[in-house]
Amino acid sequence: MRIKLSVNGTEHALDVEPRTTLLDALRDHLKLTGAHAGCEHGVCGACTVLLDGAAVRSCLMFAPQAEGSAITTIEGVTPGPGELSPIQDAFCETHGMQCGYCTPAMILTAHALLAGNPEPTRDEIVEAISGNICRCTGYAQIVEAIALAAERMRGANRPTEL
Amino acid sequence: MSESHFRFVAANRRVREDRRFVAGKGQFVADIDLPETRHVALITCPHAAARIKSIDKRAALKMPGVHYVLDGAELAQATLPLMTGLDTPNVPRRPLAFEVARYSGEWVAAVVADTRALAEDAAEEINVDYEPLPFVLDAEQALEKASPLVHEAHGSNVLLDKTFVWGEVDKDFAEAPHKLSLRVKWGRSATVPVETFGVVASWDPWRDILDVWASIQMPRYPDQIAAALKLPLSSVRVHHDVDVGGSYGVKRGIKHTVLAGYLARRLGFPVRLIEDRLENMRGGDAHGPERLFDVEVAYDNNGIVRAMKMRALENVGAYAGRSPFQLGKPIGAIVGPYKIKSVQYRAIAVVTNKTTQEAVRGFGQGPTNVALERMMDEVAHALGLDPLEVRRRNLIRHEEFPYTIPSGSEYDSGDYHTVIDKVLADTPYEALKKQRDALRAQGQLAGIGLAACLEPSGGNATFEALLNPKITTSTFMDSCRIAVDGGGAITATMHTTSSGQGHETLVGTVIGEVLQLDPELVRVTRPDSLTSLPSGTPVGSRMAIMLGGAAFHAAQKLKAKLTTIAAHDLGIPFDRAVYDKGSVHDRDDPANRRAWADLVTIAHRNYHRMPEGFEPGLATSHVMQVPNGGKLPTPDGRVQMYPCFSFEFHLVLLSIDPDLGLPRILRYRVGHDCGTQINPKIVRGMTMGGIAHGIGAALYEEFAYNDEGQLIAQSFMDYLLPSSHEVPAVEIIDHETPSPLTVLGQKGTGESGYLGAPAAMANAVNDALRPLGISHNILPLKVSKLGDMIADARAKSGQ
Repeated sequence: MRIKLSVNGTEHALDVEPRTTLLDALRDHLKLTGAHAGCEHGVCGACTVLLDGAAVRSCLMFAPQAEGSAITTIEGVTPGPGELSPIQDAFCETHGMQCGYCTPAMILTAHALLAGNPEPTRDEIVEAISGNICRCTGYAQIVEAIALAAERMRGANRPTEL
Repeated sequence: MSESHFRFVAANRRVREDRRFVAGKGQFVADIDLPETRHVALITCPHAAARIKSIDKRAALKMPGVHYVLDGAELAQATLPLMTGLDTPNVPRRPLAFEVARYSGEWVAAVVADTRALAEDAAEEINVDYEPLPFVLDAEQALEKASPLVHEAHGSNVLLDKTFVWGEVDKDFAEAPHKLSLRVKWGRSATVPVETFGVVASWDPWRDILDVWASIQMPRYPDQIAAALKLPLSSVRVHHDVDVGGSYGVKRGIKHTVLAGYLARRLGFPVRLIEDRLENMRGGDAHGPERLFDVEVAYDNNGIVRAMKMRALENVGAYAGRSPFQLGKPIGAIVGPYKIKSVQYRAIAVVTNKTTQEAVRGFGQGPTNVALERMMDEVAHALGLDPLEVRRRNLIRHEEFPYTIPSGSEYDSGDYHTVIDKVLADTPYEALKKQRDALRAQGQLAGIGLAACLEPSGGNATFEALLNPKITTSTFMDSCRIAVDGGGAITATMHTTSSGQGHETLVGTVIGEVLQLDPELVRVTRPDSLTSLPSGTPVGSRMAIMLGGAAFHAAQKLKAKLTTIAAHDLGIPFDRAVYDKGSVHDRDDPANRRAWADLVTIAHRNYHRMPEGFEPGLATSHVMQVPNGGKLPTPDGRVQMYPCFSFEFHLVLLSIDPDLGLPRILRYRVGHDCGTQINPKIVRGMTMGGIAHGIGAALYEEFAYNDEGQLIAQSFMDYLLPSSHEVPAVEIIDHETPSPLTVLGQKGTGESGYLGAPAAMANAVNDALRPLGISHNILPLKVSKLGDMIADARAKSGQ
């Protein structure tokens, strides 16, 4: 079937089988490979993308169901070639990853959190990422990355104290 | 060695790999997109054991988009069995079951189609006629004579049964005033990376080359593929520039690759096999140790443990692989950090009708550490002594290093008492005990768990020769090549894949340190296996030592070459030439110097200015031998196992909800000493991740089977990986006791945290249960079981 997906601000028309998951449509049809398959049953969160700003599992949803929604992938939050968003940069600063497999999903989850809560507590960060499994880090440096990103983003437009 | 000795080593620098990962630009195996690639799905055996009577492929082959159905008979005819570690020729291991399937989930046939979805559709249309056979699941039952044989031709279910005696065990037991014994079980769990295993294989018939991209962490991977496919090793080209989405030991993938490689060659197009989670958990051969320990110790009135007898019975699953060797590595630290004089160790590996095991983080050391640490607590309890005090009395002291343990390994360095003191410096032990007792007074179950554990590092593989005398391997090398190009840029190589350990950062940092140049100036690349120097893989906590060592020596050679060229051009003796941040000057006349660009020009273009006999250009390499290695075991079974020994001391306070049995970690501190930390961000991440993984193994994770031999933990809803809620905030206290054997004083850290956390958790839970008069030594210490045990104990005591 022919569907239209709005991904990272661009409209795409693509032919998919009705059973194609949003994850497979993004990866196989649009070659947006930053979303990763982990469990494909909705537990690990490696496939997380933003759907109208909310972090959702792209493995649990069919591509046709995403018609009419604005989809954002990790490729969509990267400002430009070789440039990092404040959240991406904070993950680099704290080394909030190891193998990098869960990382794009973790960063999108952080985007969703910070968009609605610019000053999250540690518990709120822990809660927000609790649907994203990271097997490498034990989460400490991820939590720190999100806290650091929040702090930096809050301070972005604040004049420097003299 | 303190931080001040270094420019870049030990500095809190970023990890260069991270930039591509945060942008989603890692290149994982599923991102390899070759034209005309076809996809594999697997048909798996639904029985714990069954004879394969027939496979009806007709309906599947008629489906549009389906290209081929491969069965075990064809593959067995065309390929050789996979390499196994032990000398067990009648326990052949193959990618697809041949005649008999030996565990539920074992791969029986593979279907190849245009897409993975079509391949899965076709798999449902393949009818296999099975004759179910008797099976055995339990290791102790597998030892019994009347048990069904997993491999009929082998004649028993025992792959390995070897007893070592180091020192005068019987005498020490006879003379000791006290003895105790305990049984500890480590349940079947594994590393379970978020990325499953995957491989893409492509055969080029005009060049006779099999190209392989894989999510792999396997020593001698190309060798094993080539051998099974009966190809010269030079016909297998493994691409090392694939990012691996987590492994922690388990991604061995030989059977997957032989299968995909055979299909690619047979069918003439690229073939991709990416496991789905069910294939991964049932038939991916990625389970870890399932080990039963019987420990007996002899000790004196002061709690000094004199001698130990340990029997370890390992349930390796249906086929041998390398997993029985996981009984061998712990021999290198069989007494942990303690001065136990004599040891008897019996290692038994049996096959059963469960999924085949592969290597897991620590290669068997984690379970052994649990047995040792539970034993230490029991000794303390038996004498009415404090478990911390008993450990302090038994620990090897700083001034006793290097220290040789009964099984022959020399520990390089350590300062265990100081690490413990640092952990307790601002959290006095007595205060923690008061906190525990206050919780108990409120009606809660609360316990303190201690664990003092070693992480053998440096990845020597002498346990192979120890358990299989036909193996005479006494090296496990790693290498690095550095080239300065005609434009003066530096490029270094490493020769394996990585799965999150930051090896590019490691190589850049070490070379930058030696050359006194910003590590960011050092590009690090990964040649494929045909253009690589000899190299192992990131196993056995070895890369900081081995790849770091190779990079260090290659850089030293480059520095010496630059200095020699400069001294010659300056017309001064070599010993007056001073290398300084890329340039070289005359010690007696610093203005007389050659800059980096001058030296590059001489080497690349002005051969007439080069010292006589020098090779033009600027390229050096180093192949590193394992420090303190190179020896085979003695006839009495002693050998230097790994060269370096990192130390960790865990201190946990937890409570257990008396009604639910739910443990809650209230405080987690760990002292960690891995010598010089080349990149502290990486070391911290490894330790934290290891602790999280260890908490999982201790409390949540188990590949559980039912009585019919069906794996009942088949998804992440049944196999419980710790989320951010289950992993507590952990305070890590670093200490650095440099290794005298390594170039920068570094030791390994890839298994840190994981090697002590399960032991600390087991001790904390048992301390919490102690007031009820019960103990629990079966990992994972599941909530449901704890709840039942607590309820029973309370009912009996009338509480």
